[in-house]
Amino acid sequence: MRDWLYPTLDAPHGAASNARHGRSGLLRWLVVSAAALVASCQQAGILDPQGPVAAQELLLLINSTAIMLVVVIPVVLATLAFAWWYRSSNLRASRSPDESYEGRLEFVLWSIPALIVILLGGVIWIGSHQLDPRAPIPANAEPLRVDVVALDWKWLFIYPDQGIGAVNQLVIPAGTPVRFRLTSATVMNSFFIPQLGSQIYTMGGMTTHLNLLADRPGEYPGFSANYSGDGFAEMRFVAKAVPAGDFNSWVTQVRGGGSALDDAGYAALAKPSKAVPPRTYRSVEPNMFERIIDQTTAGPEKVRAGAAWCPPAQQAGG
Amino acid sequence: MLGRLSWAAIPLDQPLPLYAMGVVVLGILAVLALVTVKGWWPYLWREWLTSVDHKRIGVMYFLLGLVMLLRGYSDAIMMRSQQAIAVGDAPGYLPPDHYDQIFSAHGTIMIFFVAMPFVIGLMNFAVPLQLGVRDVAFPVLNSVSFWLTASGALLINMSLVIGSFARTGWMGYPALSELAFSPDEGVDYYLWSLQISGIGTLLTGVNFVTTILKLRAPGMTYFRMPVFCWTALTANLLIVAAFPILTATFVMLLLDRYLGFHFFTNDAGGNQMMYVNLFWAWGHPEVYILILPAFGIYSEVVATFSGKGLFSYRSMVLATLGICILSFTVWLHHFFTMGAGADVNAFFGIMSSIIAVPTGVKVFNWLFTMFRGRIVFKTPMLFSVGFIVTFVIGGLTGVLLAVPPVDFVLHNSVFLVAHFHNVIIGGVVFGALAGYNYWFPKAFGFTLDEWWGKASFWCWLVGFYLAFMPLYVLGLHGMTRRLQHIPDPSWQPLLLVAEVGAVVIFAGILCQIAQLYVSIRTREQRRDLTGDPWNGRTLEWSTSSPPPAYNFGVLPRVETIDAFWHMKRTGRAPIEPVYENIEMPRNSPTGFITAFFAVVTGFALIWHIWWMVILGLLAAAVTVLVFGWSDDREREISANEIARMERARLGLGRPA
Repeated sequence: MRDWLYPTLDAPHGAASNARHGRSGLLRWLVVSAAALVASCQQAGILDPQGPVAAQELLLLINSTAIMLVVVIPVVLATLAFAWWYRSSNLRASRSPDESYEGRLEFVLWSIPALIVILLGGVIWIGSHQLDPRAPIPANAEPLRVDVVALDWKWLFIYPDQGIGAVNQLVIPAGTPVRFRLTSATVMNSFFIPQLGSQIYTMGGMTTHLNLLADRPGEYPGFSANYSGDGFAEMRFVAKAVPAGDFNSWVTQVRGGGSALDDAGYAALAKPSKAVPPRTYRSVEPNMFERIIDQTTAGPEKVRAGAAWCPPAQQAGG
Repeated sequence: MLGRLSWAAIPLDQPLPLYAMGVVVLGILAVLALVTVKGWWPYLWREWLTSVDHKRIGVMYFLLGLVMLLRGYSDAIMMRSQQAIAVGDAPGYLPPDHYDQIFSAHGTIMIFFVAMPFVIGLMNFAVPLQLGVRDVAFPVLNSVSFWLTASGALLINMSLVIGSFARTGWMGYPALSELAFSPDEGVDYYLWSLQISGIGTLLTGVNFVTTILKLRAPGMTYFRMPVFCWTALTANLLIVAAFPILTATFVMLLLDRYLGFHFFTNDAGGNQMMYVNLFWAWGHPEVYILILPAFGIYSEVVATFSGKGLFSYRSMVLATLGICILSFTVWLHHFFTMGAGADVNAFFGIMSSIIAVPTGVKVFNWLFTMFRGRIVFKTPMLFSVGFIVTFVIGGLTGVLLAVPPVDFVLHNSVFLVAHFHNVIIGGVVFGALAGYNYWFPKAFGFTLDEWWGKASFWCWLVGFYLAFMPLYVLGLHGMTRRLQHIPDPSWQPLLLVAEVGAVVIFAGILCQIAQLYVSIRTREQRRDLTGDPWNGRTLEWSTSSPPPAYNFGVLPRVETIDAFWHMKRTGRAPIEPVYENIEMPRNSPTGFITAFFAVVTGFALIWHIWWMVILGLLAAAVTVLVFGWSDDREREISANEIARMERARLGLGRPA
């Protein structure tokens, strides 16, 4: 199925056949280089879905594009054709400088985009409900719960049921739905693994929800998709989908070594840092996620102490 | 004494900002020196700086936009270069601290100080002429508006030299823009320059809504107004409705930053989602404030250069009004990924795609205006055809992004970046350049050079496609926006193509500068003595080029749409009209002086120099009061004088 979805990636073949048709050298060169450029990207991102959410979103993207191309291609061609044919130097074109008023044509012109939008409106309504990030993904396996905290500038993943944690490394069992709760202990970020689908904002003091599933084992890049300051470009992690059995042994292995994430450890972790290498925590204090939210809404100590009347310059110092 | 200002604010230790600063300061000094040496100050002061003539103010707005375009473009090419170089292990040449300022400044400047001045400048120049009136409703206020916009532009550029600019993106989302995460003056530069220019824009809105509703030539009913006037009316209604939202939102953020309030903070009950909603409640109408007048320009240009009336004027007006209203019902599509429920997302997705209906109708109307026409491909028409083709693609990707689940994977990607550049360059900028080439002969009495104009069009068009089509592809490959460093080396070839595209766009800008230079040098050969170089249809072409200060010796009587075309067709010989005395507003330095003190106040607020804040505010208030109390605000041009000027003009234009 994946092959028909990405015809552009096979573009060198298309370019070759174009060349056989004997176009001019420049055109051939342009087509070949454009195709080579498009193909130069590694097959990844949202064109390479690895889960049901991403696959449906890609399908929706293709369908919506196709629906609109029905109008867009004729309009582009007609624009170029009219502009060419009715140029003032064309002696063969018939002209009528004062168009008589044509109500029926006007009606048709309103109807065309209206029909397209009615169709798309249906697609939007159904798609939005089917792919609601909060909607659980139907599957045989019991969902895995993962709590996600955006920090400056790294991701903390907490597995509340397993009692373990990890930074910049998300290990999940393939074929099992993952139910994320997300927040930020700092500024707004957006949690996004393109090959698994939907992104969602993480915001201080608030919880957002997201459900994803990886079909196959593999390593999928994830990152923050909402600019969050200096270390934003390196706020990346790898989502590693492993076979269910391997996931359990990974949990066992994490529990067996490394440090525990307690309040002091969290305070150290929450300090701004860039390009943080992945690490794991053999245990995480219970209700860490809720406590982080409480801490964010309470604010740092110095702000609470009647800061409203401090001169802002001093307040900024800490 | 000087608040937070100290020598540390001048970036003496960083070579790159220091270099940029040197270029800017030297450039400004060179211009000032030239003006002084040539003794142009009295002329400039009399004829331009204190002018309240809508045509001159329009020209100054457009010039401001062109200058700021160079600044915004420098930011763009620096970003593109960083992304093309900083791949894999290479760090590039811009550290995050600097890169983040650059993309924040690029967005802010391009929207507020390039696109807005272009659009408002063209409205200023053309709307009163098209309505057949002598000036806008409040000429001095118009001057105040312009100078406040210029103040904002000056203030934002001061951040190059003194201190640093915001590192929060052009939207300035909290909590990042709050004191806890952005303690330095950058966000304050952003907020105060936009507050000051925002007041100017709001006043423009009030001025133009009043002008269009209350001042029109005799017989110019609403449904005889040129389409550009309709789009100007809707854009200014949107300004009046939307800009106060932005101002109020920024006031709340300023209270957070200056007085420790908690509107949008993470803690103490603040809610950043409120900022995001309010920002886009302004931000989406803002998109239409920019694009609607551009649509109006295309409507004028396509009709004129096809030698035909606009196809289905009625549909065009209805579509414009529809977009105006719908633009307030779609703001949530900027943040489908904020966690709203499916019903809410679906509602806003459908409302957003409904805007494609009136927009599609507009495209069809331009298409059928060309149909069976006699199309003359002057530069404005080239930009219009280039626009239709390009904009339709931008519309397609826009509706794609309005499908919430598709947006879940494309939001904040460079696909989105490509989309809005597609509609802003392909729509607003092409429209502004079409309008510039179209109305330039009216403003200065000679046409612009066609060869350089067409060269600039092709560079802009090709450059746009080279620069942004790769970004569409990269967005599909999962590249997010605002990356200072590119993690995936396989993206580099496309990023290099985008870089080349940016360079081609620069060639387009250079061609425009060359066009202006060549045209001024050869202006004697290209004089337009008829006042109607394009065989125009609307009233601005019925007066001389450049028009006299009072625009029309006798206000035209309007009987149809395309009033001037009708007059030409019916071919009635102009009867020697009876001229009457005309009262015109006197020039006033109010705008310039108020704006000067606005800069002082803004600068003082940014650096917490409180005594200077008080002085600046007082001085600005006194300036306005002095104007308010003066009685001698108008001068009268006698009927004899007008008769003499008009006869000279008609004698020149139509040899007996």
